[in-house]
Amino acid sequence: MIRKTVANVQEALKGVEDGMTFMLGGFGLCGIPENAISELVRLGIKDITCISNNAGVDDFGLGLLLQKHQIKKMISSYVGENDEFERQMLSGELDVELTPQGTLAEKCRAAQAGFPAFYTPAGYGTEVAEGKETRDFKGKMYVLEHAFEANFSFVKAWKGDEAGNLIFKGTARNFNPCMCGAAKITVAEVEELVPAGGLDPNEIHIPGIFVQRIFQGEHYEKRIEQRTVRSRN
Amino acid sequence: MLDKIGIAKRIAREVKDGFYVNLGIGIPTLVANYVRDDISVEFQSENGVLGMGPFPYEGEEDADIINAGKQTITTLPGASFFDSATSFGMIRGKHVDLTILGAMEVSQNGDIANWKIPGKMVKGMGGAMDLVASAENIIVAMMHTNKKGESKLLKKCFLPLTGVGCVKKVVTNLGVLEVTSKGFRLLERAPGVSVDTIKQATEGTLIVEGDIPEMTV
Repeated sequence: MIRKTVANVQEALKGVEDGMTFMLGGFGLCGIPENAISELVRLGIKDITCISNNAGVDDFGLGLLLQKHQIKKMISSYVGENDEFERQMLSGELDVELTPQGTLAEKCRAAQAGFPAFYTPAGYGTEVAEGKETRDFKGKMYVLEHAFEANFSFVKAWKGDEAGNLIFKGTARNFNPCMCGAAKITVAEVEELVPAGGLDPNEIHIPGIFVQRIFQGEHYEKRIEQRTVRSRN
Repeated sequence: MLDKIGIAKRIAREVKDGFYVNLGIGIPTLVANYVRDDISVEFQSENGVLGMGPFPYEGEEDADIINAGKQTITTLPGASFFDSATSFGMIRGKHVDLTILGAMEVSQNGDIANWKIPGKMVKGMGGAMDLVASAENIIVAMMHTNKKGESKLLKKCFLPLTGVGCVKKVVTNLGVLEVTSKGFRLLERAPGVSVDTIKQATEGTLIVEGDIPEMTV
């Protein structure tokens, strides 16, 4: 067994520097690497590029990094829930590359799986395809999109073991599996870290080969963005 | 004239037995409430769930189980969770039978604009571009006119496009229209709405052939 465990978030983020590109898992605030984000805020590194489906809300998730002006560029599909984000984007402080959600996921997966690029129909005929190579396959038009390149992936899983194997829960899975192994170093934080042998190999979602560092996270807030309930009557 | 619930009820009749359906945010989300309960349908949410159920009872919300609108949801027996790449594989690979989404503008050749108002609203396209580029069966749910009273069914979209030539059907507060090579063909009128009213509210070419039935909702 190849051990991937590190003692804590400080050790897990060793090597992060100004100007780097990071992938961060999560959909809205669901399944975000809360511990890694807090540590990035504490380290105060600047000019970072974040690949993440959303940009958090004003006071949580990636919003915390935006507040401190640590982000130079965001690559996301939807950024609608964050006023500070919108302000920085409209004022030109923040560079934003809006990418269709499926393309965003596939650009991660392509990086993970060793594909330099792929054709997708998403965005053909729109401003997303401007300046990109397009091609006809069997009468339908496709746009060439390239795999992402990133220094670190920060992902959050439900359970993990010392070998870096991961299991996700519910829709907190989202972009996390696609980002594992898609950057030079993948850092996984988990709610529950168990010894090797503590997880059934049949139930592993992401094998440890895609993960370089794993640690048990602390104090998960798991904030709910839109609490919607129905009445019992 | 239909309200938002009326539009949702009418679209619910387009959902057939055995369909996997992706519902967008807004009116489309309401459609799930009005699908006949004697047919088998599964709702897909692009953040990674098939077999979505109703909202949870108070106290049973789970932060780890949400829909694409970031609302807390439940799952039904037979549900599954998956990652975002797999989710869009279902969509791109045409495994999802029906996509229902909102729009700011639809043109008579089936172009759709629903993600950006330059200089005003820049929230992003989310999964809409992937959905409209791949789905075979796309129904748009929207009001026939905008808040200023201007038609949203146009010869050509003014706003940045989400997709080209993809919309098949539009259900508005005034009626049901099919996108054809010659323009919007009026299929049904909403209760109490005249063909003339629909003509006036439609900037794009409107095709009216024979008697247009009033819909039953």
